[in-house]
Amino acid sequence: MSLQATTSQTVGPYFKIGLSRFYTDDLTGPGVPGGTIEIVGRVFDGDGQPVPDGVIEIWQADAAGKYAHPEFLRESENIQETDGQAEEQKRGQSVFRGFGRVPTKSDGSFRFKTIKPGRVPAPDGTLQAPHIAVSVFTRGLLRRLVTRIYFPDEPSNAEDFALKLVQAGRRHTLIAKKLSDARLEWNVVLQGAEETVFFDC
Amino acid sequence: MMQDMAKFRGYRRAEPGTQPDHLHPAYVSSIKRAPSKPLVYLPHTLSEVTGPSFDSFSGIDVKAGDLTRQHHGEPLGERIIVSGRVLDEDGRPAAHTLIEVWQANAAGRYRHSVDQHNAPLDPNFEGSGHTLSDENGNFRFITIRPGAYPWRNHYNAWRPAHIHFSVFGPAFATRLITQMYFPGDALLPFDPIFNCTGDEKARNRLISLFDWETTVCEQALGFRFDIILGGRDSTPWEK
Ligand SMILES: [Fe+3]
Repeated sequence: MSLQATTSQTVGPYFKIGLSRFYTDDLTGPGVPGGTIEIVGRVFDGDGQPVPDGVIEIWQADAAGKYAHPEFLRESENIQETDGQAEEQKRGQSVFRGFGRVPTKSDGSFRFKTIKPGRVPAPDGTLQAPHIAVSVFTRGLLRRLVTRIYFPDEPSNAEDFALKLVQAGRRHTLIAKKLSDARLEWNVVLQGAEETVFFDC
Repeated sequence: MMQDMAKFRGYRRAEPGTQPDHLHPAYVSSIKRAPSKPLVYLPHTLSEVTGPSFDSFSGIDVKAGDLTRQHHGEPLGERIIVSGRVLDEDGRPAAHTLIEVWQANAAGRYRHSVDQHNAPLDPNFEGSGHTLSDENGNFRFITIRPGAYPWRNHYNAWRPAHIHFSVFGPAFATRLITQMYFPGDALLPFDPIFNCTGDEKARNRLISLFDWETTVCEQALGFRFDIILGGRDSTPWEK
């Protein structure tokens, strides 16, 4: 190792100027398999006050558990040559990009429209439960916070590689609540007794 | 599938002291927003070693790297060229990665409704741009030197001139948002955001270098700012 990673700095209050061009609250689209779901939530600080100046990014696999990432698509043996969409994916042009970015509103709220991801492999050879990787940036945060959204009524949560690393009493902070069949609620509590689990990533 | 997975390697974590703690009380906004519980160590999985790609994404505007050409007129201020490379700790380039920047104008004012600093807006300056690095990780922005601006963190608080940088790199694990500063800025010793990182060498790497090589005669001063992302683990998956 010859170099050292650059130090993180806060996004500050004015990130909208730089980050709004690629705001994406809808990951679905024509040709994207999977039922559409909506994930709504709010971000709160240590006093329970809403955080109106944050930005949430999500990264997830498609309904079949494939990430739209060149390295993975190149090496995966699971892409069928005959499938037109798979051909697109092999060229790194997946119809499902898997990336979302939204700012929080004045009441700390945010929402995404997406599809439920499939299961992806864990390092120990098991399959992970369906989940969405999340980055949280806000004014006041000097570093990104990393967390995950899991799905309710999902038996595979019990054996999930990452959930098992978390104290049983805190796992619920990572699991969305079901509002209706296609609508989930998942909140971010930055600090306090009900603090969301954040990962050292 | 398991042999397949053995090819994937995680990313190294930062050296101790080279990244800020979440809680840095001198930066008052961190006090109620920093997590109070220890982070849970997550060995990288496929979810962290993959990440979004913007290469050939239709939203990329090839002209967006020049912040001085977004309006009919030229923005006021000192024209500068900010260039550098996005590399990992082993010196490998991050190719075709998205770099987004945002900044105040020459008077220290952001084009943002929350910014109430009593300084003029510049009708010819938006203060935002983006570009993709090339295959060797090189990037280049043309902009104007941002002004210092006041904030209310403490009495007579002023942010040193800076440009916000957002970079993805090859993976979810390498996502980074940071700020670039200018050499010789007298405000740096007083800024709690610049000083949030314990390691002095690490924070000084946020200061760009004035560079004759990239300075364009009768056009613009050149500044170099390299961005280093976490390196790759040498061994596949931790067991
Ligand atoms: Fe700023």
